[in-house]
Amino acid sequence: MIEPFVGDLSLVVFLPLLGAMVLLFIPRSMNRVLFTTAILFTSLTFFWSLRVLWRFQSDSGEMQLVERVSWIPAYGIDYFIGIDGLSLFLVLLTAFLGPIVILASWTISERVKEYLFFMLVLETGMIGAFVALDLFLFYVFWEVMLVPMYFIIGVWGGPRRIYAALKFVLYTMSGSLLMLVAIIYLAARNAQVTQVLSFDLLRLYNLHLPYEEQFWLFLAFALSFAIKVPLFPFHTWLPDAHVEAPTAGSVLLAAILLKMGTYGFLRFAIPLFPEAALAVQPFIVALAVIGIIYGALVAMVQPDLKKLVAYSSVSHLGFVMLGLFAFNLQGMQGALYQMLNHGLSTGALFLIVGMIYERRHTRMIDDFGGLWKQMPLFSALFLVVTFSSIGLPGLNGFVGEFLILLGAFQATPFWAAGAATGMILGAIYMLWMFRRVNFGPLSRPENQKLQDIGAREIVILAPILALIVFMGVYPRPFLSRMRFSAEPIIQRVESKKEATPLIFEGGRSRESQSHGN
Amino acid sequence: MDLGNLESLKFFYPEIVLSGTILLLILFDLFIRNKRWLGLMAFLGCILSLVTTFQLYGMSPGWLFHHMIILDNFSLFFKVVSLLAALLVVWMSLGCREIREIHQGEYYTILLTSALGMFFMASSSNLLMAYLSLELVSITSYILTGFLPHNRRSTEAALKYLIYGGVASGTMIYGMSWIFGMTGSLDYARISEALFQGQTNHLALFMAFIFILAGFGYKIVFVPFHMWSPDVYQGAPTPITAFLSVGSNAAGTAILMRFFFPAVSRLGEGGDWLFISGVEWPHFLLMVSMVTMTLGNLCALNQQNLKRLLAYSGIAHAGYILMGLVVLNNDGLKAMLFYIVVYLIMNLGAFLVVVIVANETGKEEIGDYRGLAWRGAAIPAVCMAIFLFSLTGLPPLAGFVGKFFLFAAVIKQGFYLLAVVGIINSVISLYYYAGVVKTMFLDFPEPTDPQVTMTANTSALLGVLSTLTVLFGIYWGPLVHSLH
Repeated sequence: MIEPFVGDLSLVVFLPLLGAMVLLFIPRSMNRVLFTTAILFTSLTFFWSLRVLWRFQSDSGEMQLVERVSWIPAYGIDYFIGIDGLSLFLVLLTAFLGPIVILASWTISERVKEYLFFMLVLETGMIGAFVALDLFLFYVFWEVMLVPMYFIIGVWGGPRRIYAALKFVLYTMSGSLLMLVAIIYLAARNAQVTQVLSFDLLRLYNLHLPYEEQFWLFLAFALSFAIKVPLFPFHTWLPDAHVEAPTAGSVLLAAILLKMGTYGFLRFAIPLFPEAALAVQPFIVALAVIGIIYGALVAMVQPDLKKLVAYSSVSHLGFVMLGLFAFNLQGMQGALYQMLNHGLSTGALFLIVGMIYERRHTRMIDDFGGLWKQMPLFSALFLVVTFSSIGLPGLNGFVGEFLILLGAFQATPFWAAGAATGMILGAIYMLWMFRRVNFGPLSRPENQKLQDIGAREIVILAPILALIVFMGVYPRPFLSRMRFSAEPIIQRVESKKEATPLIFEGGRSRESQSHGN
Repeated sequence: MDLGNLESLKFFYPEIVLSGTILLLILFDLFIRNKRWLGLMAFLGCILSLVTTFQLYGMSPGWLFHHMIILDNFSLFFKVVSLLAALLVVWMSLGCREIREIHQGEYYTILLTSALGMFFMASSSNLLMAYLSLELVSITSYILTGFLPHNRRSTEAALKYLIYGGVASGTMIYGMSWIFGMTGSLDYARISEALFQGQTNHLALFMAFIFILAGFGYKIVFVPFHMWSPDVYQGAPTPITAFLSVGSNAAGTAILMRFFFPAVSRLGEGGDWLFISGVEWPHFLLMVSMVTMTLGNLCALNQQNLKRLLAYSGIAHAGYILMGLVVLNNDGLKAMLFYIVVYLIMNLGAFLVVVIVANETGKEEIGDYRGLAWRGAAIPAVCMAIFLFSLTGLPPLAGFVGKFFLFAAVIKQGFYLLAVVGIINSVISLYYYAGVVKTMFLDFPEPTDPQVTMTANTSALLGVLSTLTVLFGIYWGPLVHSLH
């Protein structure tokens, strides 16, 4: 029983859980020890994830570091994990943010033990979902994320925490249960065709279904992922959850959990049902662009900083979806890159909002102004993050958005133009917000007493900023590793392109149903 | 193997041990002053009976007592389930304050008698035997429900239960008389023979089934025979509620399957069951299953009393369990059996937490659970959260695996509508289960709320149940294996 769990990837997945178990044995009065233990385990996870990066072969699109142990043989369920260019950096990002969010939670003083416990369980759920290659296992990890997040929002959140927590859980769960039905159906269908009952994703990739079946299955998967992304119009849980969650919760929600949705499209919905994905492409692209513009416009008028950042996420994730559904290499690489960028820049923005909230206990933009005079270091870092979020050349956001637009213009010039205006809107609301918070007169007396950020906060932000700059000037090591894994997916979709008519023509023609692998 | 009275006895040890325990309990009740010993005796009797039951496992099926009782792995499985339910409920009763204040001798006697009745329900192969066993369980249940003296709710619940039960079993025996009239036999095997050969009137047969279903359905608690359950669940002593919620449900399912499988259907090729043509069973059950789970969940949404909420959730779970019967094949059967075991564990666990809290506070309203986790009762609160999330069907808990099997069986046979309705119901149920969890964790306690502590006894039981709930969620292979 011990042997299967020694793989490097398994260690990355289960180290946080081990940490959570260790926490249970530490008395609840020893807050410092609890925090140190949690940081120790998350850092260990991060270092181990670097080892995974080290062992990862950058010139291959295959699944690497694969571990497979039979779990429930009667139902063909395996403990099957592996990593490729799509999931590698998301795992790294999760492990990277782990210690940072714990450090950012240092000011939490009540129910620390439970808080850290849930944080660590959440990290296991997130990393597990990124590396799971068995659909059943993936579903388990996917749902495991739900409960800790429910408690993190619900216990340590803001005034409307209970409403937000329940809304978050109900939205996510209703989507994911439909996915469960689709997963079971898919496995049963595969068993019909190949006589082997299996939830192995790589095996299910080879199953070719007629268009009608693909369409419904795609919808079931897509709904679950679209809620998580969130794609307009399924985004309404997001502002509530973001605003009410504690800082660390918001960071993880924005940086990792939302990526779960786009990753799901990339790993499951698109490659499993390429024809259906092609058929609904116009709709998803339209929704993505509506999300980009809508998110930006709503963000613009938000008086609350956290809400502004939350709506900006809707806009940014719209870009990611646009890139994914361009179905070409630039778009897909850009989307993957933008997933990381958004994780870093929006994560940093939430951390920054958390920092001034801790000082002033308000997040209203109108309550600030002229902070640059009082907190120059804070404002300077804030500026870099703002630029990264806008997509200023030289910082990471630019590379991602540029690639996405490049891809999207090849696929759908009209919608790409719409998305480009969204970029401009993005610059407007971010810069406007930045001006109102940091420039102008330092008129409020409360603001004149503010302390600039301290060593702990610099330690939190510095690594993120370093990555933001690094990814802006030298994207190659990232893009080259994504490339080989993204290409097969594009090829899968491309090969179906000629054969798939538009959705309006009432399904596919008969001949093309027999076409496939 | 078809044995007469005397030869049957050596395959009848579980029942004999249980009956012996019951008699001893009555006897010792006269002498023993510390009534706690009686509970321990009942506990030991259950264990002994469990051991003898396991010894019979894996034998070739046969009939006992001139075709009255069938002995096969299916009935043994339900005997184990009933015994486990009785065992755990006795254990729970030992740590329950409510029970300590009443006549314990009679209490344990009647509880075990009820378990004995469930034995027969699972193994009867004759309509008369089925009726008698059902009545044995019913009458003991009425008494147990009304066991709290000077408690109006308990008395009211018992009376309601009695009236509903009387009507239901009256209807059932009327339906049985129709079957007897049509086939000339009470024995399941002969009924099956006669039905598959003879020219039976389909409408009459269908009507007879509906009548019989009233009796079975009232035990399983499916709509529209569910009316008694909320009042009974709320009024009865909590351990009894727990016993009824799992035992009655399991035994009802057993008797229903027993009636369905050998009596009115046969095993077709590839594990599917064949029915007499013209009698649309699957569709009828499909409707019942969907209506049951939906109604149960919708009613549970607005409950203020936790026991009542669990009653409605029990109705919903009866609907889920019926999903397995709708598909009418061995996959569905296995999924049902698995779910019954899992449901037994997690539901008893939830009721155990109710007992623990009621021991200290004497209250059962959801509002009284406010901030339970922060009132010295973190462990019961966490366990309750585990049980409730498991009832919802969240991984990696046992309830998820159970639902997974049920859905898998249903989807495989192409009942997509049923699967989707089940899914929607799971989401609805999440709302009220999460609401309870919310009250325990997210609401913070007032200074006036009493602290809640556990005894060694209850915490041991709680530990067993919650460990099993998590364990079967992660590694359920052995359990599935034992179902084959």
